[in-house]
Amino acid sequence: MTKYTDQGKQDTRSGFGAGMTELGRTNPNVVALCADLVGSLKIQTFIDENPERFFQVGIAEANMMGIAAGLTIGGKIPFTGTFANFSTGRVYDQIRQSIAYSDKNVKICASHAGITLGEDGATHQILEDIGLMKMLPGMTVINPCDFNQTKAATIAIAEHHGPVYLRFGRPKVANFTPVDQKFEIGKALMLNEGTDVTIIATGHLVWQALIAAENLENQGISAEVINIHTIKPLDDEAILASAKKTGCVVTAEEHNFLGGLGESVSRVLAMNHPTPQEFVATQDTFGESGTPDQLMDKYGLNNKAIEAAVLRVLKRK
Amino acid sequence: MPNTQELQDLVTQVRRDILRMVHKVNSGHPGGSLGCTEYFVALYNEIMELKDGFDMDGIGEDVFFLSNGHISPVYYSVLARRGYFPIDELNTFRLIDSRLQGHPTTHEGLPGVRIASGSLGQGMSVAIGAAQAKKLNGDDHLVFSLHGDGELQEGQNWEAIMYAAGNKVDNLIATVDRNGQQIDGGTEDVLPLGDVAEKFRVFGWDVLEIENGNDLEQVIDGLNEAKSRTGKGKPVCVVMTTEMGNGVDFMMYTHAWHGKAPSDEQLETALAQNPETLGDY
Repeated sequence: MTKYTDQGKQDTRSGFGAGMTELGRTNPNVVALCADLVGSLKIQTFIDENPERFFQVGIAEANMMGIAAGLTIGGKIPFTGTFANFSTGRVYDQIRQSIAYSDKNVKICASHAGITLGEDGATHQILEDIGLMKMLPGMTVINPCDFNQTKAATIAIAEHHGPVYLRFGRPKVANFTPVDQKFEIGKALMLNEGTDVTIIATGHLVWQALIAAENLENQGISAEVINIHTIKPLDDEAILASAKKTGCVVTAEEHNFLGGLGESVSRVLAMNHPTPQEFVATQDTFGESGTPDQLMDKYGLNNKAIEAAVLRVLKRK
Repeated sequence: MPNTQELQDLVTQVRRDILRMVHKVNSGHPGGSLGCTEYFVALYNEIMELKDGFDMDGIGEDVFFLSNGHISPVYYSVLARRGYFPIDELNTFRLIDSRLQGHPTTHEGLPGVRIASGSLGQGMSVAIGAAQAKKLNGDDHLVFSLHGDGELQEGQNWEAIMYAAGNKVDNLIATVDRNGQQIDGGTEDVLPLGDVAEKFRVFGWDVLEIENGNDLEQVIDGLNEAKSRTGKGKPVCVVMTTEMGNGVDFMMYTHAWHGKAPSDEQLETALAQNPETLGDY
């Protein structure tokens, strides 16, 4: 089993903030907008260093999305920042018409995604955002797994022309991918080669998948672990190659099983190589208040849930 | 001084284009289009500083955003007759495989259009963003936008109105087409807008009014006055009173022609009231 070391727990939103700091220094066309959540989005350094390239829009997310679309006309690369819920569901039509349908180069950067936002509860958690965003034609959807990868993704999307949804979170989680990694949009990352089962994970669930794989190895089960940081466009080739090798798949994500990564993987498998699959995801439910760990446990979104899903799917091979 | 007779001829020809476009496909929005014909003709032929050709960024020229996208017929006709695309293409309005979609879009690459609109209330935010990009680029050209009055019922407008004043977006001239009509009836019956000019004023805008937005000279004078008020720390709003369906007697003084095409007979009557000037497409 390939060994990964936690370099020290950090929040992925701080990875976004670090990426923005770097973009502020390297790309004069990058501008940032925020809807009254500067502290939560960790972009104070960008603002301090580039005050003229920051737009505080107040608690007015619809207006923020429209202004971002307008800023692209004139060559700017706007990064919008607010919670995932307010970045998607609240402003779906603004994104759909003014950004996606209008082919605008806006980067929608969404913090506090999923259930690990924690104590604020279901009004602020969102478990539907991947589905909402991946259904929009032309939208790229990215959900990196840790601080380093979120920083790299933030920098990479500035170079990609077109609308992007970048999703990250609030809690401090293991930071285990390389510092200053190159981030290739749409490219799955093989984290551990295995032969019995493929675990395809995204976001916070990637580290949990590695823990599960290690536990499974101790039980004599060889699990392949793939990090899908880009849900759209999906790396069909990597998924199919692994499914053909292992013959069964578990997908893991901090999102509803309807509309998430798991369904995207199912489509690829159904069309090319039907394979038994189990879903680690929320089951068509809203979240609730609690600590991130309590919620991940209650809603079946941790390494124990992944292990259990692997044992189920192995029986279906 | 503009040659108002030439522009007046263009107004009449654009009216014919609008009527013929919606009649051909038996769909589209003639009422608001006819009401805003003088505005569009003035804007594109007298008011805006425009480069030759079209590029999306619009650096070094004035740019325009249509927020109430349903009045696409007048927009398309004026763009075509300003040379953005062949006038004959007006024949394809709302047809399959056309760049002239029911509501304007960038998606099919139609020159002149910089944003999709149709779902209402989004255009002012976009115009503000483009105005702020101009400031960042050191481009002292202006951003114009047009909004239906009924459209102001969408809350996003008021986010944008607050923002533009608070951030001194003073290179923006937003015009409200105050025709007092919307699909279900008069605006004051459906959901009262009240004193639109005063509302913009108390939000911190510099507001001027065009009493008769179907009088070409008044429109030109009003928009020139609006231009003179830019760059002074406040966004500029023009509240322009128009008559929906203007130029066709049976389409005026009612909301009935918001989104309805004329019959063959009605078209004939309407065209007779607007005799051909520059040549039909």
